[in-house]
Amino acid sequence: MSDLIRRDPRTEWIARNRLHPLHAEALFSTSGHPVGDVRGPSGLLRKNPHGVGFIGPNGIKRIDRLAIQLGESGPQGGQRRGAKAAAEVQLPLVTVESPDFYVVAVLDMVGGRLTGHDKDVLGQGHKLVAATEGKGAVVAVVFGDSKEDGFDKAGADRLIQFHGEQYDGYSPEQRVTALEAVERELEPEYWLFPDSIAGGQELGCRLAARLGERPATQAWQVDAFTSLCRGGSQRIDISRETPRMLLLGEECADQIDETRHEAAVIELAGVPATLARIEDCGSVDVDPGQVPLGEAEFILSAGNGIHDWDQFHQAAEILRATEGASRVAVDDGFMPRHRQVGATGTWVTARVYVAVGISGAIQHMQGIGQCDKVVAINSDAGCDMVKRADLSVIGDSQQILAELIRLVESRQQGGAEDAA
Amino acid sequence: MQPDLSAKNLNVTSLISVGQHPKSGRARRAEQDARAVELGLNLSGDQLEMLHVGAGDEAVMRSYLGMGLPKMTLLKQDDSADAVPVLCDYLASHAPDILLTGVRAESGEASGMLPFLLAEKLGWPLVSRIAEIGDVNDGVAEVLQALPRGQRRAIKVRLPFVASVDNAAAEPRQSAFGPGQRAGINDMPVAGDVDAVRSGWEESPARKKPKRLKVVKAKTAADRFKAATAKASGGGGKVLKKESPAEQAQAVLDLLIEEGVVR
Repeated sequence: MSDLIRRDPRTEWIARNRLHPLHAEALFSTSGHPVGDVRGPSGLLRKNPHGVGFIGPNGIKRIDRLAIQLGESGPQGGQRRGAKAAAEVQLPLVTVESPDFYVVAVLDMVGGRLTGHDKDVLGQGHKLVAATEGKGAVVAVVFGDSKEDGFDKAGADRLIQFHGEQYDGYSPEQRVTALEAVERELEPEYWLFPDSIAGGQELGCRLAARLGERPATQAWQVDAFTSLCRGGSQRIDISRETPRMLLLGEECADQIDETRHEAAVIELAGVPATLARIEDCGSVDVDPGQVPLGEAEFILSAGNGIHDWDQFHQAAEILRATEGASRVAVDDGFMPRHRQVGATGTWVTARVYVAVGISGAIQHMQGIGQCDKVVAINSDAGCDMVKRADLSVIGDSQQILAELIRLVESRQQGGAEDAA
Repeated sequence: MQPDLSAKNLNVTSLISVGQHPKSGRARRAEQDARAVELGLNLSGDQLEMLHVGAGDEAVMRSYLGMGLPKMTLLKQDDSADAVPVLCDYLASHAPDILLTGVRAESGEASGMLPFLLAEKLGWPLVSRIAEIGDVNDGVAEVLQALPRGQRRAIKVRLPFVASVDNAAAEPRQSAFGPGQRAGINDMPVAGDVDAVRSGWEESPARKKPKRLKVVKAKTAADRFKAATAKASGGGGKVLKKESPAEQAQAVLDLLIEEGVVR
């Protein structure tokens, strides 16, 4: 067969004529598939606007660009949508077999999960791998048990996990020994740590002191040659040659979001035990009222809907929550000014925020923008706080708080009996 | 109530540095170092040894002394010289029980490496970011460490040790001008090596970090339009309207337990 494109003027003519009884078949034979594309006179593929869409109920042609109805319009539409969804889930897998060098990233894993900072550090690792000659693999090092299953999407080619009770709690000496074992076995090209108060900075500095390296700290723009580091009081930038060990600031590089990686587990030969000179006696109960509002983890916040303030304080005490308030409650003198949440008060970062009787003025919503879970207790189902909340209960706040206090009290007593 | 430990004859040394106001850049008492001095004063009263390495800005040194100390030690060398070897020699010969430092300097590189380097060279354990030192018994100190989100962790550590003091520690006392002027500064000239690595660096005023943009990776124009016009509100939250207050309270409590904030 010759490769020449043979045109069939008659079929093309039928394909152009939407009213012809053979229009659909002609479309199919000219373009190869039923909707859309035909060969133009020069042989180029042309989109046929008459081929897309469907006739709506009023006899007007409709084009469904959001693919809302595709599933119902026939098997062919369903297939297309399914294919699209699968493409979103399956990112291309990147594998590195027998890498020439390693870039080791030691992760914070706050609460057993990757933090945004951890993902930034892994992204920086890939940036350094791309800028260095040869094939490199990014190794994620994790201490203790992790609940994370997204190492592959975060960009970890290899994974080293240190389990065991010697790594639980505050165990920096044992952890540094483990990292020394990694250094002996992999001889990494770069060591990356998040420069964070969650432990990354401490571990990085300890390892740097042990290995006699001089790390770049608070680095926020790093390539293979120069690093830009923030200096003291955030007042100067230091431009220096990129060292082997880097303590990276937040948002130092873009996170990995277009590829999947292997996250293949590396088993180390063995880590010697160290004599622990520091003994961890566990966490201490902190009075939630003493925790600054801006860094409190759990806030119970009161607004205009509260009438029984003694009950509110009792609820905060029994739930061990830090107290917050809306502007109205503060202006009316029920709460001190330093408890005010919102644009004119404190911007809070709580993981769980319970708003009692707060309808949600925009200034208040700005202040709670970083909260993960918001619970609204309100009598008005249409207020903005209910729209923002993950769980809203509509009713009299006084009754609900009373029930909540009763439930927690009975739970604590039950727990005490169980323990005894 | 802080236990009275001054009778135990603890040898405490606080390292101090010249701080810098974050906005004006003026020299001042460094916040964390002042807290370290406050902690040291509570531990051993005016037996506390205050130590500085460098040129030693007179006014700043006096403002530390104004916290109630009769004298301090100044290991005088050029500001560009490396402080660690000098400090190591001095501390190895004077052997304090507890060495207190700040977490990070307020000027210069501010790497925060100094306590780690000293601990490594001296072979002492190090506890970072402490908020308080409690009882010291039989050569073991009970230390309270500051964690993120205002949490605290209790730690026991053997003497001698190095500790870096967090901003969560007690506020430093006010500095009195007169006593500060009258106190003595023991000058000890030392010869430190010039930090050669650092002289190759370029310093510039801090640039503003670019804000990370939210990149919408939509394939079609319709998706991009949707991403641009969608409301920021999450939506899809559970709403309990008809249930009794007991059921509603139970639902709230279940969520609090699931999130781990109620134990």
